[in-house]
Amino acid sequence: MEATREITKDNYKSYVFEKMPKSSHWKNMFWAFVIGGTICIIGQAFIQFYLLWFNDQDASVLASGTLVLIAALMTGFGVYDNIGRFAGAGSTIPITGFSNAVVSPALEFRAEGYIYGVGAKMFLVAGPVIVNGVTISVIVALLTLVFGG
Amino acid sequence: MDYYKKRTLSFDNSHILEGYTVAGPKENDGRYKGFFDLALEDDMFGQNTFERAERKMFEHAIDGAIAKANLVSGDIDAVIAGDLLNQIVSASYAARKQHAGFVGIYNACATFVESLIVGSCMLSNGLENVVCSAGSHFSTAERQYRYPLELGVLRSPVTQWTATGVGATVLSNKSEIAVPKVTRATIGRVVDYGIMDANNMGAAMAPSACDTLVTFFKDTNTSPSDFDVIYTGDLGKLGSDILMDLTRQEGYDVSAQLHDCGASLYWDEQQTYQGGSGAACSALVFNSVLLGRLRRGEYKRILLAGTGALMSPTTSFQGDSIPAITHLVEVTA
Repeated sequence: MEATREITKDNYKSYVFEKMPKSSHWKNMFWAFVIGGTICIIGQAFIQFYLLWFNDQDASVLASGTLVLIAALMTGFGVYDNIGRFAGAGSTIPITGFSNAVVSPALEFRAEGYIYGVGAKMFLVAGPVIVNGVTISVIVALLTLVFGG
Repeated sequence: MDYYKKRTLSFDNSHILEGYTVAGPKENDGRYKGFFDLALEDDMFGQNTFERAERKMFEHAIDGAIAKANLVSGDIDAVIAGDLLNQIVSASYAARKQHAGFVGIYNACATFVESLIVGSCMLSNGLENVVCSAGSHFSTAERQYRYPLELGVLRSPVTQWTATGVGATVLSNKSEIAVPKVTRATIGRVVDYGIMDANNMGAAMAPSACDTLVTFFKDTNTSPSDFDVIYTGDLGKLGSDILMDLTRQEGYDVSAQLHDCGASLYWDEQQTYQGGSGAACSALVFNSVLLGRLRRGEYKRILLAGTGALMSPTTSFQGDSIPAITHLVEVTA
């Protein structure tokens, strides 16, 4: 440290902030873009595939379901967290991230049984997303109702 | 740092008979490969839950230390142990298998040094043999403090990796041969410099480490150069850097002696970022590495400062800062 500036309890946080290694935002964004984009391309490929037999709506539902299934299996085999470690939001935001967020606590708390473990802890990570998502959508729906859409 | 009054104890009969370590697979792939008494190939240790595995590691470490010291379970008066899990279940459950009295302790990752201090005090008050033990397990700690293991999240570069391992030390009030002794100890104060980020525990703990080290130097009228090495528990690389800055400001330069058990546990390629954390760090490194070097005469006098961050997930979610504590022992060959 430079002798000029004394570290005190008051300036400690800013001192630590200057000193600590920063995560590289450009690198994180790059990997989030690549992995997130890849997941979306795979999703689109499934939609095209299912369109051979089904209509638009059914095909996209089936594609989402397939992605969820694949992500759940990858979580079970311990692969998804390795991708998430560098992909960040790129693997969290797509529907596969949601699958990972539900399956990983379910696996983890399997040891406490199906009721207090899997049942109670399954939505440990995804729960807040569902609760806040539903709340916000209700608010938006009400606003639409009042002010007209 | 404020200095109020002496907090340093002296011991004259706290002999370190033996140390025993059980380490996880990742730890035995690290810098101290081969130093551990028992290295696990699988961190489940043949159990069906990680919690049971941690408990079994405690049982093995305590029994192993007793046997290595050529004693039997009935020779031990007290077991002083703690871990990171709620209600310190790993240590308590493991103590079911002992005849000795049990004192369960918790000071987060400072628990091992705390156990040495409590054990040494007991020896000064008439007990003959005590076992001091502490440990942690990556998979049990991770789910209690952070996220499910398989959740894919980006890790901050200031994070550490909870070490898997248990170390146990047998202390005795007498020894037929010359063995290293716990000679002095400084009890830590709880210090809180307002760090809120539970990922950045090194920064939260560094002021407390500085407080205890400076108190020890002042109490005993010593300086860093009087010691071969000064090992902190799990400050990590960033925390160690901060500690050097803080102590230099107090007039003590520890940079030549300072090492960190957690930071030295793994290779950089093991991607632990700031290094290891957890009660296991100081317990593993002291019992497997430092004790051996003291016995061989490579070190004459060392300091071991166990650093602990005293937050819980509840306090973190409620927006409270992270208080920290550092206990210190001086071990003389």
